[in-house]
Amino acid sequence: MSMDQYAETFREETLELLSELEVSLLELEQRPDDADVIDRVFRALHTIKGSAGMIGFDDISTFTHEVETVFELIRSGGMEVTSELVNLTLTARDIIKSMMEMSFGGEPVAPEMMTRLTAGLRALMPAETAAASDVASDVGAAVNAGSEETTYHIRFRPPANIYHRGIQPLALLQELTRLGRCRLIAQTDSVPELDELDPELCYVYWDAILTTGHDEDAIRDVFIFIEDDCELKILAINDDLLDSGQGERLGDILIQHGDLTQQELDQVLQEQAKPKLGEALLKAGVVSGSQLDVALEVQAEVKKRQKQRQVVDEATSIRVRSEKLDSLVDLIGELVTVQARLSQATAEDDNPVLAEISEDVERLTWEMRDHILNIRMLPIGTTFSRYQRLVRDLCRDLEKDAELVTDGADTELDKTVIERLGDPLVHLIRNALDHGMEKPDERRRAGKPEKGTLHLSASHSGAYVILEVRDDGAGINREAVRQRAKKQNLWTSEMENNDSELINLIFHPGFSTVGAVSSVSGRGVGMDVVKQAIDALRGSIKVSSLEGVGTTFTIKLPLTLAIIDGLLVEVSDEKFILPLSAVEECIELRRSDVVNANYKTLLQVRGELLPYLRLRERFELPGERPDIEQVVIAEVQGQRVGFAVDQVIGEHQTVIKALGQMYKHLRGLSGATILGDGTVALILDLPPLVQEAEICEREMVAAQS
Amino acid sequence: MEYLTFKLDNDEFAVDVLKTREIVDLRAVTKVPQSPEFMLGVINLRGSVVPVIDLRLKFGMAKGEVTQSTSIVVMDVLVNGETVVVGAMVDSVEEVMGLDDSQIEPPPRIGTRLNTEFIRGMGKQDEQFLIILDIDRVFSTDELLMVQGVAETSSADSI
Repeated sequence: MSMDQYAETFREETLELLSELEVSLLELEQRPDDADVIDRVFRALHTIKGSAGMIGFDDISTFTHEVETVFELIRSGGMEVTSELVNLTLTARDIIKSMMEMSFGGEPVAPEMMTRLTAGLRALMPAETAAASDVASDVGAAVNAGSEETTYHIRFRPPANIYHRGIQPLALLQELTRLGRCRLIAQTDSVPELDELDPELCYVYWDAILTTGHDEDAIRDVFIFIEDDCELKILAINDDLLDSGQGERLGDILIQHGDLTQQELDQVLQEQAKPKLGEALLKAGVVSGSQLDVALEVQAEVKKRQKQRQVVDEATSIRVRSEKLDSLVDLIGELVTVQARLSQATAEDDNPVLAEISEDVERLTWEMRDHILNIRMLPIGTTFSRYQRLVRDLCRDLEKDAELVTDGADTELDKTVIERLGDPLVHLIRNALDHGMEKPDERRRAGKPEKGTLHLSASHSGAYVILEVRDDGAGINREAVRQRAKKQNLWTSEMENNDSELINLIFHPGFSTVGAVSSVSGRGVGMDVVKQAIDALRGSIKVSSLEGVGTTFTIKLPLTLAIIDGLLVEVSDEKFILPLSAVEECIELRRSDVVNANYKTLLQVRGELLPYLRLRERFELPGERPDIEQVVIAEVQGQRVGFAVDQVIGEHQTVIKALGQMYKHLRGLSGATILGDGTVALILDLPPLVQEAEICEREMVAAQS
Repeated sequence: MEYLTFKLDNDEFAVDVLKTREIVDLRAVTKVPQSPEFMLGVINLRGSVVPVIDLRLKFGMAKGEVTQSTSIVVMDVLVNGETVVVGAMVDSVEEVMGLDDSQIEPPPRIGTRLNTEFIRGMGKQDEQFLIILDIDRVFSTDELLMVQGVAETSSADSI
């Protein structure tokens, strides 16, 4: 790996750690006493500091160290978690992020921001620690950085004449405890009866269970002066031990410690009626209680480690650049196309062997397609933490009180979709808090709980993912929308009776009901931007709202952007694809039916009148329409609409290719795909087609009246 | 510099050879509705969808007959700062030739049928004039917008 690659890996990992840190901090705010969460915060900071130092981003390392020091103190119980501390740490997290982005070509961070933050953190620390922390933790950190913690079992049996040599075992043991988290157990089984006891000799030996980032040598160093004369056994409870299979059974541990012989063990085992070996051994008097304690502790540690290792094993994953996945998706796209050609060629050729091969290739290709598209799927929950933070910060700015409740975090979506969903969701959440959510006192007057709730949920529904942003705020003010609509000449009398049409006006470009522009939302970017972003993802957005109760935005998104199931149709020798997910049914339309229909663009299906449009007319394609036309009925934005075509050919695995810059201004087509015979078919984008048709119709009606 | 030359009607044109990717035979073109006539449509180029332009129509010449030598010159063109692969249908591809800058003269103000914006210069080869094209300009979206009738003042200025 080159240095650049290291730096890139560092950047990716740190970004991940930073988002973990954010989640943990927000959790910490809820549960300031949770030692687990404190540990997580500390570890994240520690790792960032360590790897930044290793890669040479000393500024990040130094700054992070300041923050880490505070959490080191909290961890050791020297300080309490306050909301001020969480605020400062969140800001610190943002600074670390900016510093990192700066190192990768972003904006520089104002040094006074860092100084202010560091000063703020220090002010929170107890006076004497703040001063001492500079030196003390530097030393600790230098040793600790980069190494993982291991647990050791240490048995230290000093020579009996240790006092004669002027050595105090207590001092040694104290030094040992300073290396990490340590539990000491004194073994007194060799202390003689009082009348035989020589007070100038040491009869006691110690077992220590030490969890430390230091290595074995550091432990040996503690005993360096008497190493040759004392009995010192250091056993690392590490992967080697786990692999050897020892350390799982209590008997093995005791034998290894020399507290028990195999003979004794066998004997007790034979007598043992109860499943608890420890109790039996104690009863038999072959080991002492404290010896057993140590063995039990070692066993517990081994088990813990085994469990950890299992977790690590289960989570085995590799990091792959997303470009590699993108090219894989491109390749499978081509393969699907080639496979379609193969199928077509085989169908024309009467060769059973070839047909069989072709079917196999088809099956494999489709399986592969599903797998590859699946690799790109990410749980949407990875972005939820970002919104937690957003809600928290916005509430502070807006003096509102609201909680974000998320649901369906493990719903998977294509990576690209998730990325491009970020901004619209931020916008919706901002809107909900700024315009929808009332201030606490208003809420109280309205008989609602002071703390508002914002729901963000994701769920699967067939080939779609449904996202919902729901607030229990004031709802959309119909009167304000009506006024505004009249002002902008968007008002039609139909809206009086059709509430959904009225409130969906908020998606109209330039539509905003709020008079004043606030700093949070309404900066001239309206809901139309959200709608555009969702449209670009081939999704749809709807709003429903009850005044005084709340507003719900529902976003429907396709699972993936790369390959869809399509319905292939033909109009005057040109082929088009309709997204199959929207298609409900296909019916025949006779020329005679058309003549008989009173209203030209309506069509009767089992008693229901449906609007329809002719692709031939819409696209100005040449040729006469056939006597019997096919109408594909599709659901477009909650409305059933028919599309008249010459012929429906059938389902088609559609690999979407962009039409590109040259056709950027085209509406009604979302891309192109390559058919089995190598020609290109265009993919219809239904919502704009329907909208345009509606506008045309309205103009025609207006012209007539 | 080296240039790829091709013919439209009786005129010979040249583009920077580094701009060109390949030359392919004319193949089935899928029309894209509601686009200007000179935009022929899209073709399948080994799995990629590539737009094709009829250069004759683009330059205001009469539609040509499709012959054995009708070809599509596939080029990398800069559209709005983005490199786009585009095909240009021409009557026939001639050759690749080297031309010194000294052999190139600035475009004439009058006397050509096409927009001088598109011309980088005039080259001379054996008493035959070569029109050296600025292919990025030919494909600029302003041009496309203008034909589509949606262009606003910005493109009107450039005429």
